[in-house]
Amino acid sequence: MGFRVLSPRISQKIMNIVFIISGLITILILVFVLGYILIKGLPVVNLDFIFSNPIDSGREGGIFPMIVSSLFVTLIAGIIATPLGVGAAVYLAEYAGENWLVKVIRFGAETLASIPSIVFGLFGLAFFVVFLGLGWSILSGSLVLAIMAIPTIFQVSEVTISSIPSSFREGSFGLGATKWQTVYRVVLPAAIPGIVTGVILGMTRAISEAAAVMFAVGAALSLPLSIFDPGRPLPLHLYILATEGISLDNAYGTAAVLVILVLFVTIITNLAVDRYQNKIMGR
Amino acid sequence: MDKNRINEFLIEKGLFITAIFSIMVIFVIILFILMEGLPAFEEYGFFNFLFGLAWSPNHGEYGVFAMIIGSLCVTLLSLLMAVPLSLLCAIFMAEVAPNNIRKILKPVVETLSGIPSVVYGFFGLIVLVPFLRESFGGTGFSMFAASLILTVMVLPTIISISQDSLRAVPHEYREASFGLGATNWQTIKNIVFPAALPGIVTAIILGMGRAIGETLAVIMVVGNVVQIPSSIFDPVRTLTANIAIEMGYATGLHYNALFGTAIVLFLIIMILLLVANYIRYKYKVDIGGGYL
Repeated sequence: MGFRVLSPRISQKIMNIVFIISGLITILILVFVLGYILIKGLPVVNLDFIFSNPIDSGREGGIFPMIVSSLFVTLIAGIIATPLGVGAAVYLAEYAGENWLVKVIRFGAETLASIPSIVFGLFGLAFFVVFLGLGWSILSGSLVLAIMAIPTIFQVSEVTISSIPSSFREGSFGLGATKWQTVYRVVLPAAIPGIVTGVILGMTRAISEAAAVMFAVGAALSLPLSIFDPGRPLPLHLYILATEGISLDNAYGTAAVLVILVLFVTIITNLAVDRYQNKIMGR
Repeated sequence: MDKNRINEFLIEKGLFITAIFSIMVIFVIILFILMEGLPAFEEYGFFNFLFGLAWSPNHGEYGVFAMIIGSLCVTLLSLLMAVPLSLLCAIFMAEVAPNNIRKILKPVVETLSGIPSVVYGFFGLIVLVPFLRESFGGTGFSMFAASLILTVMVLPTIISISQDSLRAVPHEYREASFGLGATNWQTIKNIVFPAALPGIVTAIILGMGRAIGETLAVIMVVGNVVQIPSSIFDPVRTLTANIAIEMGYATGLHYNALFGTAIVLFLIIMILLLVANYIRYKYKVDIGGGYL
């Protein structure tokens, strides 16, 4: 209401400044958080820190088992979640049409994506660890993370597959291909960039997650050698180091490694997807 | 030929199973949370559990009311800061900024959403809490500290979804407004923003869901004292924090009560999700792949 007394030109100028400030604040927040973590953390990070075992519950030594745990749970979660998420997306985009069941399935994926991670944590404990008897293990943690990643993979893949022009399919049908041959040979290859983006989004969510796995994966400091061993992914290690006041320096280092890992994966994938897309489009 | 048809049939059924997998998982999740949580309601009484003020497992008292208030206060306080900032930023990115600035802001927002929540919590613990302690006294562990961290965490959610809904407003609307001699800001204020409002409200609700569900980042800065706060500098405990802190050593009724806490949390999230969906279907909002 206050703007009414100002002339339109002056309020335009004021708002331009307000907008620029809001953009700057957003950039500054990122620079401050990321800069602080990297400036404090990077001096701690060296080859020895990355490739050695923690000593005295992480007071000294490195974080090698935690890096392995993180990559391990994320990889297994990806292997489990990708076929389920992509399969669901293919079914909805290519087979189902628009009916009530499709709406229910979409709402289901949304609900699954909205459940707080700590509730997944409890579910993982009650179902995978205790009920199925998988114990505190990489497998239990991966299963929880897979469930959390499915909606992301599903949603991004469905949008991509639906956006493939129908002329692609018609061309394939015209050559006498069956529905599945068309999906497998024509639609999926064209949708790969989007599917990969969805999978990576799901995986970065998984690799960043601590609350969902804290009661499923155990908190072992040793190197997990099989999916039945317990482990301690990086975010959980950071949480324990920080809240139990074990070692501030190692916490900085762990945070820096975690952030770099997530950003590195995101940037590399974006570049790779752009390249593939350009290639497919013949640019 | 016949073999092909059988193959096609099997593949379609297989894909159908992957499609309904999410729904089956939700049922199993609800089943197990209820199975472990309902005994707490039965033994302690649902209303005693929901509205009880005392949480003291050693004395057999399991009231989560202070934590419901804690969760809501932290969330609302963070939205108070996050909504204006993220809406301004979203409008800036969608309507005002030239292309080169947009190209800087887009990856900034994506990176903000990519930083793991534990890292935000850690940052809060080592930077924000000491800062608040020195500036405002007390321990620094407070509702205010948690809501500042949550503000940063929900920022990308609200920015990206409201940006999508601003972009979805047809160009003709803007052109008509410009044609009548309106400035860019008048067009945004009177035309684009109102048209995008349902999507923006959805974005805020989804951000709210994210804030209520956040666990470890909050635990690290909120102080975790079970009490109804009297100022924003008081420590509180949220529903999520209650579960994460005590689950490690809980047994018996205490264990059930923590699952009961999860039921309450789940109900709050479901209410938010239903409201968001109601708005979306009523106003036909398309927010792409948005979720809490």
